[in-house]
Amino acid sequence: MENLNKTPILSLKKLCVSYTPGKFAVNNVSADIYEGLITSVMGPSGCGKSTLIRAINRMHELYPDIRISGNIELKGRDLLHINPSEVRRMAGMVFQRPNPFPTMSIYDNVLAGYKLIGIKQSRHEKDELVESSLKSVGLWDEVKDGLSKRGSFLSGGQQQRLCIARALALKPDILLMDEPTSALDPIATNLIEELLVKLKKEVTIVIVTHNMTQAARISDYSMFMYLGELVEYDRTEIMFTNPSDKRTEEYLTGKFG
Amino acid sequence: MSSLKYRLFKNKLLTLSVVIFSALTAVPLVLIIGKVFLKGWRQINWDFFTKTTPTTLDALLAINNNQPIPGGIANGIVGTLMMVLVASVIAIPLGVMCGIYLSENRKTKFSTVVRFLTDLLQGTPSIILGIIAYLWVVIPLKGYSALAGSVALAIMMLPLIVRSTEETMNLLPASLKEAGLALGSPYRSVVLKVLLPSAFGGVFTGILLAVSRVIGETAPLMLTALGATTIQWDITKPASAVSLLIWEFYNDPNLQSMIWSASLFLLLLVLSLNILAKQLAKKWRI
Amino acid sequence: MSDKIFRSLLLVSALILLLIFAGMFFSLSKGAVPAFREFGFFGFIFSDKWISGTGQSTEQYGALAFIAGTLMTSVLALLICLPFSLPVAFFVGEYFRGKKVAGVLGGIVDLLAGIPSIVYGLWGFYALRPLIQSLGLSEQGFGVLTSSLVLAIMIIPYAASLSAEFIRMVPQELKEGAYSLGATRAEVIRNIIFPTSFSGIFSAYVLALGRAIGETMAVTMLIGNTSRIPRGLMDTGNTMASIIANQFGEADGLKLSSLIAIGLLLFLITAIVNFLGRLMIKRHSV
Repeated sequence: MENLNKTPILSLKKLCVSYTPGKFAVNNVSADIYEGLITSVMGPSGCGKSTLIRAINRMHELYPDIRISGNIELKGRDLLHINPSEVRRMAGMVFQRPNPFPTMSIYDNVLAGYKLIGIKQSRHEKDELVESSLKSVGLWDEVKDGLSKRGSFLSGGQQQRLCIARALALKPDILLMDEPTSALDPIATNLIEELLVKLKKEVTIVIVTHNMTQAARISDYSMFMYLGELVEYDRTEIMFTNPSDKRTEEYLTGKFG
Repeated sequence: MSSLKYRLFKNKLLTLSVVIFSALTAVPLVLIIGKVFLKGWRQINWDFFTKTTPTTLDALLAINNNQPIPGGIANGIVGTLMMVLVASVIAIPLGVMCGIYLSENRKTKFSTVVRFLTDLLQGTPSIILGIIAYLWVVIPLKGYSALAGSVALAIMMLPLIVRSTEETMNLLPASLKEAGLALGSPYRSVVLKVLLPSAFGGVFTGILLAVSRVIGETAPLMLTALGATTIQWDITKPASAVSLLIWEFYNDPNLQSMIWSASLFLLLLVLSLNILAKQLAKKWRI
Repeated sequence: MSDKIFRSLLLVSALILLLIFAGMFFSLSKGAVPAFREFGFFGFIFSDKWISGTGQSTEQYGALAFIAGTLMTSVLALLICLPFSLPVAFFVGEYFRGKKVAGVLGGIVDLLAGIPSIVYGLWGFYALRPLIQSLGLSEQGFGVLTSSLVLAIMIIPYAASLSAEFIRMVPQELKEGAYSLGATRAEVIRNIIFPTSFSGIFSAYVLALGRAIGETMAVTMLIGNTSRIPRGLMDTGNTMASIIANQFGEADGLKLSSLIAIGLLLFLITAIVNFLGRLMIKRHSV
């Protein structure tokens, strides 16, 4: 088994998230995410995996009554106590259903992270950024002649790659992905999985997936969560061939889903 | 490049402006209701509801003798009641049936046209409906009448009743209709005994809203019912209405003080109907 | 009653609605013919003269003065209501969406829609007019500005509630996408929510404009009742609705026909405005 160079880039310490007092959706999770690798978060429905990554980029703050405690540090910075706007530029997110902005062109969608904030860029800067972002998701050749078209005319898979490009354009340290291929067909899913393996060198990826074979295919490290707890966290190869916890084994062998 | 601090400041500023300007919209409501209430509540007594309007001479005499103006708005109350009743008798069956038709035949071109025209009818100014009732009722009957007023009000009520009936029926699950038909019930029974009762809440609130809308109307009645000084129940004769009386008081220098009591009455009536309709809608739509 | 008869009854009720609308158009046109024949169709529309035939001068009627009055008051009312109704729409549809305070504000704004037109007119006359006089803006206090102010308050609920619905309809995932890129709430509203709901909001204001155009009583009491094109915001004038309300009762012959012609124009204008508004709503949902 190859030796993975592991430098922690994101560390979670005793992270707890609850919607109603006393009931924890994420219960005391501690783990280090390693730079330049793909880490998958798996588990049955309701295990808290989405809640976990949405806590990292503080999306939960859009909704009232959510309580969070513990520590999240990205490259040494305390994510829970700096402004959410800053956090979200360090940790980008791709959602389950592709959500390109329908009122903007493909070009503007890629640059949305700058446009929304009001950052002015020269035409040259913008062109370069759009081209490099689209190239890094393999979309450049497909759309370069129609950059002014609306993003909603693309296929599902293309839209999702556009959303990835949009997130990457901000050059985040870490990319959080919430079941990014579950709404896509197998071909598009395959394209994106290949893409993620290529991208991990540039940006650390944490991917929530309900598809364990996807986790087996692309991730270097895997987390298994159950009822809000982090049950097991290890190299994917090890976890899939020789899981330490009985619950992990039962999940992986399909005893519950 | 916009700094984070500046962006957060702009954000707070926008939130503040939205809250302040939204709160300001409550001000006119308070001012209007306040004024009507303060100036009107003193004139309201038993006579107010039972006596007819005083003549301008009676009022002048009372003012000169420093006495409260005699009389009340009984003729107006009766007139309004009568005309709204007749309008409802016309508009409710017609509106509900049309609403049922539209709901049962959702996608036909004919339905689309009727739906569209109903919406246009809803947006038609009430004074136009007054002209129409004048042309259709006053002229043939050779005179002003409560009936003409009722016709104008009925046309005003129709679109609201049609739309609320249609929308409520659209919300009913298809399984309800299928269950009724599967039991062998004829179509008319399924509609009248299964669908309509289930839709009752929405239909009723639609009717309430329609009534509250026309009770306060003045313009169309000016051209049709004209007004009357006595209490009369003959719909072929001119009739009074509370809103018409307010207009008459407004135009008569001796009857000024009655403006506010009549307005208060009308306002309370309309607003309570409105609130009642909303509460019922909330209660039944869950 | 057999099913066939029942179904026919339903169909007939829908037909009746169609006929009512068609009949309105027909009757108004028929009544307007004498005026159009006398002054010419475009001659009538573009003439700003309104002279009753008394004494030496011959009758001369035209709609222009009132079209101008209507446009001025309605557009001004729309502009005045905008800085209030838009914040309310965002307050209810975005900032405090689903919370109790949004329900309270929504309820207050809805009550504004329930106040009868004549009560608005009274308040405008007794409360607003003296204010305008004391500010030195106008001697008598009547005029385009005064009526537009009251009109603006009257249309706030219509503009706000419909806009709020479109704001609410912006998909959550678009907003989350924008937040995930680091945008503040103000930035999300400006770049995502507003552009996405814009055509819906615009159509809400078109429909509110239609409401303002047809408003009668409040405007009649505040606009000053002079039959000429208003020369400025402080000048008096008349709208299509108010001239009908003022002079229909005692009109006959050519004057009556001219008033009906103005009614026809008003009917057509509101129908077109409403049609455009609803067309835009349909396009928005696509």
